[in-house]
Amino acid sequence: MEEQSNLNKKNSRRQFLKKGLLAGAGIAAGGGLVSAYVDTNATESGKKVKVLTTGGEIMEVDRGLLKLPRVSREESHKGLPGRKFVMVIDLGKCKNARKCVEACQKGHHLPKSQEFLKVYLLQDSEKTSPYWFPKPCFHCDNPLCVSVCPVGATYKRSDGIVLIDNERCIGCKFCMTGCPYSTRVFAWKHYHEFDEDKEPYSPEASSPGKEGTVSKCDFCPDLIRVGKVPYCVSACPMGVIYFGDVDEDTVTNGTETYQFSQLIRDRAGYRYLETLGTRPCVYYLPPVDRQFPVDRGFPDLTEEVKSRYKDTPYSRKNKP
Amino acid sequence: MENEKKSPLREFAPQLEQTSFAGYAWIVFLLAVIGFGIYAFFQQVFKGHEVTGMRDNVVWGVYIVNFIFFMGISYAGALISGTLHLFKTTWRKPVIRMAEFITVISLLIGPCFILLCIGRLDKLYYLVIFGRIQSPITWDVIAISTDIFGCFIFLYLALLRDLATLRDDDFLRLPSWRKRIYKALALGYTGAPEQQQRLNRATDIMAAMVISIAIIVYSVLAWIFSVTLQPGWHSTIFGPYFVIAAVYSGSAVLIITMWVFRKVYHLEDYITKKHFVAVGVIMLVLAAFFGYFTFSDYLTKWYGSEKNDELLIQLLFKEFYWPFIISNYIGVLLPLIVVGIPKFRTVTNITLTSIVVVIALWLNRYIIVVPTLESPYLPIQDARPEWVNYTATWVEWSLNAAGVAVFCLLFTLASKFVPIVPVTGLMEEAKKEDVLV
Repeated sequence: MEEQSNLNKKNSRRQFLKKGLLAGAGIAAGGGLVSAYVDTNATESGKKVKVLTTGGEIMEVDRGLLKLPRVSREESHKGLPGRKFVMVIDLGKCKNARKCVEACQKGHHLPKSQEFLKVYLLQDSEKTSPYWFPKPCFHCDNPLCVSVCPVGATYKRSDGIVLIDNERCIGCKFCMTGCPYSTRVFAWKHYHEFDEDKEPYSPEASSPGKEGTVSKCDFCPDLIRVGKVPYCVSACPMGVIYFGDVDEDTVTNGTETYQFSQLIRDRAGYRYLETLGTRPCVYYLPPVDRQFPVDRGFPDLTEEVKSRYKDTPYSRKNKP
Repeated sequence: MENEKKSPLREFAPQLEQTSFAGYAWIVFLLAVIGFGIYAFFQQVFKGHEVTGMRDNVVWGVYIVNFIFFMGISYAGALISGTLHLFKTTWRKPVIRMAEFITVISLLIGPCFILLCIGRLDKLYYLVIFGRIQSPITWDVIAISTDIFGCFIFLYLALLRDLATLRDDDFLRLPSWRKRIYKALALGYTGAPEQQQRLNRATDIMAAMVISIAIIVYSVLAWIFSVTLQPGWHSTIFGPYFVIAAVYSGSAVLIITMWVFRKVYHLEDYITKKHFVAVGVIMLVLAAFFGYFTFSDYLTKWYGSEKNDELLIQLLFKEFYWPFIISNYIGVLLPLIVVGIPKFRTVTNITLTSIVVVIALWLNRYIIVVPTLESPYLPIQDARPEWVNYTATWVEWSLNAAGVAVFCLLFTLASKFVPIVPVTGLMEEAKKEDVLV
């Protein structure tokens, strides 16, 4: 059994380096009918992507026909075997373009008032420099939200991902107070965006949302299954967000691929609020060697988004 | 005429027989308040929790404040009556029944408020079928249901003698269905020495039980907050602090209840200044403890001034200035002054102080819950004011009022069904005194 998983891992690393995340995730998914990935109503785009068949063979499917798999609630409890996901966010490159937020909202069929990913304007102290701080769920290895859930609606998988099953969630919101990073959002009413999603619900897709339940960033395991990176990673024009696997020691932002351990070592990667002991799976690279001054994060914002930052120490100091 | 004099029940509890016009008006008023609360509840069910002031940052509001508050006053009965019973305090008899009723009634109302916070009430049974023992909410479910059960038994045991008296009383003009209920509930108690002995033992055991269960329940409630990492909540003192605050608020509610029933049912001869001073002194001691715990909690937060604790304390002294002053200064000092200085110790003063204490303790829970949620580790950056600062909406206030109305209504109805003072016990005492005279 162990041998098998080692083999998987080895195999998966080779494939990963060769073909990006696709094959690795495919092997990890352990098969599943190809038909589950193909949307017969869609039109062909001409571009091919590789998916894994039940027999373990890699098959090419047209990207336009590709449908994200919606695994069952039971299946969603199992992590992708042999994987341990990690995210690295390079604060030196973020200019609050907010493409990550938009892609995430669209991908998860979320209303405006529910953002799985938030971009904060942080300044650690008066004399230190302000910086943009994209914050997904940290998928902690010691998740307090999971500990406090009275019904087991939120759970930690073997691949490190923390998910919420909104069929099980009773909406007590204890996990929201348990999370020290204000990551979780609550559906205070039925938002019409939930209706856009006609597929059956799967905790891996976090969609369609449900009134009276909690949801949050899910690391997009439905995308990982078909060898894609999460919405925020592929949407970011600056390549701020890297996604990968700790065991494979690789992270990629879609264009560049790094060795995770080396990246963290060379760039002094850290985890936010390490002292709390939650052991996040999201690492930050400090905002050094900035590609953009902080100001560049303001001009393209809508008035609503702009006013979110009006009470930050930075904005108060730089009032026009 | 002769007969009427012979019925002690009529003297102690005239309300068992008839309800005055004012009594009916009071009940109708309470029903109206409750009715409006039900309307508000349906608004919340059909329009979603958006009709409340709660949002993603302040996920719990006055509902959870009320939950803590009602659970708190329920310990009036559990701890105060239990302790007074075990120590065989001589003056306890006229007030102990009220304390037990406060316990049971508020224990029924408290959990309803936490249900109002739940996003999907239709899935509530998941707490039982999928309950995880690792979650403090499961601890709460177990503890509170045990507490309700235990306190019901304690109240019932204490009522048994009176139920037998009611069954045997031939003078009160009561409808036959009520007689039948009394007969069934009295369980064939006749006051035989063996029965008395057993009843006393059972009551002693239950008194000890409810004291310990009450401490557990309130600690578990406090741990819902203190097991999280939130600034202001993550505190080791919360368990005992909540227990003290609970008994403290319970003693104040007991004094108010004593004053109301004494006035309405003309019990001036039985509930005297002596009783107000005695419960007042209990309240004074608890006030001192409460003040000490509060001081200790905030001192350590302020002195070490960790960044987030500092932000929280700044918030408390800015936006929550008056609630903070009322709950943690006035709410502590007033009973010390009014009950502590003999000159001020009048029935009216002690009752007015109790009202202030009850308000102070409600606010105390508010400033424990809301400011912490308004100052999380990551600063709230939001353009929508209602997502930054919590303000309860009319829906929440209506349900709040409905909760208080249910409390008053159940108390009123209970006092019409059984005597609000333990008649049998007082009669025995009166007989003893007669013999001595």
